[in-house]
Amino acid sequence: MNTTRLFAIILKELRQLRRDRLTFGMILGIPTLQLLLFGYAINLDIRHIDTAIVDQAQTVHSREIIAALDATGVVRLKSPVSTPEQLGDLLRKGRINIGIVLPRDLEHRLEIRDRPALQVMVDGSDQTVQAAARQLAAIPLPGMRANYQGVEVVNFYNPERRAPVNTVPGLIGVILTMTLVMFTAIALVRERERGNMEMLIATPVSPWELTLGKVLPFVAIGLVQVTVVLLLGKLVFSVPVRGLLIEVYAAALLFIMANLSLGILLSTLARSQFQAMQLAFFVFLPQILLSGFMFPYAGMPPAAQWIAEVLPMTHFIRLIRGIMLRGAGLADLPMDMLALAIIAVVLLVISTRRISKRLD
Amino acid sequence: MDDNPGSDLAIRAHGLTRRFGTLVAVDHIDLSIPRGQVYGFLGPNGSGKSTTLRMLCGLLTPSAGDVEVLGLRIPAEAEALKRRIGYMTQKFSLYEDLTVLENLQFLAAIHDLPRARAAPRVQEVMDRYDLNGQRKQLAGTLSGGQRQRLALAGSVLHEPELLLLDEPTSAVDPESRRNFWASLFELADAGTTLLVSTHYMDEAERCHRLAILESGRLVADGTPQALCEALPGRVWLLQTAQTRMAEAALRASNEVLGVAQIGNSLRVLAEPGLDETGLRRLLPDGAAARIEIVAANLEDVFVAATHIARKDAA
Repeated sequence: MNTTRLFAIILKELRQLRRDRLTFGMILGIPTLQLLLFGYAINLDIRHIDTAIVDQAQTVHSREIIAALDATGVVRLKSPVSTPEQLGDLLRKGRINIGIVLPRDLEHRLEIRDRPALQVMVDGSDQTVQAAARQLAAIPLPGMRANYQGVEVVNFYNPERRAPVNTVPGLIGVILTMTLVMFTAIALVRERERGNMEMLIATPVSPWELTLGKVLPFVAIGLVQVTVVLLLGKLVFSVPVRGLLIEVYAAALLFIMANLSLGILLSTLARSQFQAMQLAFFVFLPQILLSGFMFPYAGMPPAAQWIAEVLPMTHFIRLIRGIMLRGAGLADLPMDMLALAIIAVVLLVISTRRISKRLD
Repeated sequence: MDDNPGSDLAIRAHGLTRRFGTLVAVDHIDLSIPRGQVYGFLGPNGSGKSTTLRMLCGLLTPSAGDVEVLGLRIPAEAEALKRRIGYMTQKFSLYEDLTVLENLQFLAAIHDLPRARAAPRVQEVMDRYDLNGQRKQLAGTLSGGQRQRLALAGSVLHEPELLLLDEPTSAVDPESRRNFWASLFELADAGTTLLVSTHYMDEAERCHRLAILESGRLVADGTPQALCEALPGRVWLLQTAQTRMAEAALRASNEVLGVAQIGNSLRVLAEPGLDETGLRRLLPDGAAARIEIVAANLEDVFVAATHIARKDAA
């Protein structure tokens, strides 16, 4: 080994790296992002889970119990509701993760102790929330004695607590994000790198034709991927689709469009395919960590939650878990559909604006 | 506008300028390019040929100057212009992972050729540019000459009125170059205006008219013949035994613009005032030489023009 040549190569690499500003930035940016996300945003010991209570008893004891629940810090009580049906509705729509019923005969149950006095309904589509809710089983009840299981925790939507039921719907989001953003991020850059772009922009082709023409084939590819995950989920892991299949596809379609628009936008920002890949990874990280796929949204600090709101995956995770696991309809989750549509349109318009039919 | 009677100019440019930061790539160029001709841009690398072509087809916005191409104001009407021009980029810019046929079909659609017209037209250009044998071959696997024919076929598919070619022959063998130029003249005969940039003298010589660019400035233009005739009695062929010493001595003189060794003789481009006696006086003491006056060629024109330009610049 000749050290002069070795150092020549090392020096060349460093020089090239220094001139590739984006890559240089990513060297610092990716670990910073990862550290901040894991350090601040991700919290498995979640507290303040959105909760609603139906207090049908309206007694001193029931108010005591509510105060005790609040004191645990596990739940964040939303405005009270009056019927268990309303509770079920809020759960299905994803507005709350925990619903608690204090039955009319609360006092009687506390006295006789033949049945649990408190019923806790948990949205089982998120495992971490599930686990946190189980802590509630241990809260002290007025006049509590040993051997009385006063709190009944009911796991909604995933009673057997099987992991694939939680994971598979979200996995559709992960797979679509990973592949589609990557594919389209490379799309325009590749044309530019290979010199095709100079030929294309000298023709009557318009920026809209160019972006849509690049994006639309991948819509079909995305829908095929959705089908594959759904089929495997059903056949191998028995993951249910409790809502309407057509609504699963409708949500996926919007999500696919949002991802493709994001990819195209990255493609207008990157100057090489390598940069495009890095940008794709850079936006993939927060999506997978903040969207609620891996870690519960409820456990994140407000700042992380705001960021999560602008990520397409957050809305898709809510939609897909709602439709597939809780049997919700699109009408129950209009804000998430709207958010996805806005993200898709805004990103596509920005990308198209960024495509100049000029070289300067 | 374009059907304005008496407008036989395909391109009219006044004060065309392009700056990249502090670099002036194209510096106040005036052009009047007649229709139906092969017009050459001759100049070394970095002289502004590509930049000028890109501005003329609307890909680059001029920093200053007025440009009218095919009667359209550029850059304002660049999009309308793009329907009527063909542009063959310096680097091969078709899709290497598509076949010859697929590339041409794609271009036909991009240029809005009606469906019924597209297929016969694609066949027509494949016949004309001898691509039938490669129709199913990936463009990336073609030879240099085949690629160039494909690129030309692709850029004339929509029968543009103006064809701009940026150093089209830099990657092909001499025979392909000859055939390629035959194709260009055929297009010109059919009424197409062609703008070809090159740094080859022999190619420049074939053009109907020529503009010589040097450091972004237009230093001479006219027909190749007129350009050569503008240098009467200034090119000498000098035969001597000591060519290298003679060359060094001649180069040292202000009155000599250029010396090139050709075999055993020296081709000398001199200032207008220098005669044979003057030339002999410049040679090293006692050097015997046979001197004759010869007709100027384009290379001499080029050297003379760039010399003047550099002197002006300095």
